[in-house]
Amino acid sequence: MAERATGRIGAGIGLALLLAPALLWITLLIVLPHVDLAILSFRERVGARQYAPSLAQYATFFREPLYWHVFLRTAVMSVLATALTLLVSFPIAWVIAKIARGRSGSFLFVACLVPFWVSETVRTLGWMILLRQSGVLPALLVRLGLTAAPPELLYHDATILLGLVYTSMLFMLIPLVSSLESLDDSLIEAAYDLGAGGGTILRTIVVPHAAPGITAGCIIVFMLTLGNYLTPTLLGGKNSQWFTEQIYTQFITRFNWEQGAAFGFLLLALSTALVILGLRATGQRFGEVMQRS
Amino acid sequence: MIPSLPRPVWLRASTALYVAAFLAFLFLPLVVVAVFAFNDAPYPAPPWRGVTLDWFFGNAATGRVGLFQDGELLASIGTSCVVAAWVTVLSVGVGLANAFLLERARFPGKRLLSVLMLAPLVIPGVILGISILAFASRLADFGEDLLGWDLDFLRPGLTLVVLGQFSFIATVATLTLAARLRRFDRTLEEAALNLGATRAAVLRTILLPYLRPALFGSAAVSFLMSFADFNTTLMLVGNDAPLTVMMYGRMREGATPVLNAVSLLLMVVSGALALALIRRRR
Repeated sequence: MAERATGRIGAGIGLALLLAPALLWITLLIVLPHVDLAILSFRERVGARQYAPSLAQYATFFREPLYWHVFLRTAVMSVLATALTLLVSFPIAWVIAKIARGRSGSFLFVACLVPFWVSETVRTLGWMILLRQSGVLPALLVRLGLTAAPPELLYHDATILLGLVYTSMLFMLIPLVSSLESLDDSLIEAAYDLGAGGGTILRTIVVPHAAPGITAGCIIVFMLTLGNYLTPTLLGGKNSQWFTEQIYTQFITRFNWEQGAAFGFLLLALSTALVILGLRATGQRFGEVMQRS
Repeated sequence: MIPSLPRPVWLRASTALYVAAFLAFLFLPLVVVAVFAFNDAPYPAPPWRGVTLDWFFGNAATGRVGLFQDGELLASIGTSCVVAAWVTVLSVGVGLANAFLLERARFPGKRLLSVLMLAPLVIPGVILGISILAFASRLADFGEDLLGWDLDFLRPGLTLVVLGQFSFIATVATLTLAARLRRFDRTLEEAALNLGATRAAVLRTILLPYLRPALFGSAAVSFLMSFADFNTTLMLVGNDAPLTVMMYGRMREGATPVLNAVSLLLMVVSGALALALIRRRR
């Protein structure tokens, strides 16, 4: 009896020791900071170090067209970038999972992963050297006689999209490849034998089977794109108008933390809403999707 | 279509073409960065003016400052390494405890906790950054006003950068380690216990060796993620800028090819690390 009791106490202590780091991490670095951010966003400065609860920060957001324009623009561009990333990555994922067998398949996969071990800063530097007016591609266009003067390829919306797609592809490829690999080839063969065309096979077999991977990839890519700061500001310059930039301006440049906190929450709400919407639309659970990616 | 079905020639050709174009798209920016580290010109731009190593070693005659003389840049690499080392130790340590917690322990609220552990991956990095910044400042103000304590480490600076990066990298380490632990054959552990091994001995001689690849893997990934992080770091950084923040600042101003040189160095180091890790996994 006594031995069993000490065993149970021992197990209790063991559990407490295992729980402690997780609880410290989650409460001190995730939950409480976000609660604090929420409190911050719902107050207003009324005097020197005097604050009152208010909705003024959110009201400002809706009253000031600049703010919600940038917000909407960021959302639309992020959806666009996510869709483009899916379109660009899907054929490659298909080749890796289904067409290139054995060594060449895994070689291709590794080749696709390696660039992403280098930081986004370096990759963005590459695009800047390629695209700016004095850069490689404009010089090439002039050399080929396609344009008289080197065009400025940076600072366009298309450039921002290109950079966002480039930087997020990895997070789309991994879940796509793993979900396509688990698709049994004989299903496709059977469909083909029964007379289905490529489009039908894709619509009725491949996409439904890969749906969890597609959802996982889209969720991660969307969230990363929405929260990206580096790529839009460097490739878009002053025209980037990305919402994270507004948050940075309020928080760091203007030191208006209340406004910045409200912006942060709006961005978080948008990203959470679209994640939930995505999960609902495909009938999946958050935990399962995250495990996949 | 899959290889077992007839694929028309045009489909094969366009597939090959697409793969080639994709790989070019993937590697073009990196190749350009690497090549222009050697261009004998003050800016990383065409035309090509010949090969030089000035951007690595400097050149007194032309006044060019190379990577290995650029004290500011070297210091920022050092800062990044220190931060990444801390983040790695914390993330792998906490990740290991979490793996056991998620795979072995049973306690009320486990579901909620496991969902909360995944949350940092879907919270934008900028928001993680500002929320930790705001909360830490509140604590620091609180300590100062009420207790008269000087809690400088809670002001923007490297401690906060470490904590901010750890807050989401810990999730990655947890997922990697938990996935490995889940595949562990528990009969091995039971056999050892039946043969009289203590729990500590089982952990040391069976579980940790089994987890070793995942420990190395998550350590490497944590280190690289920390080294590459920009969003969270930018919000929490104080006077000592890590490399990504330093590079960002210089890129906005239009920097010399010394940035290409440091990028090439990063590519070589992280490429080697990535390949070593992939080899190991096979």
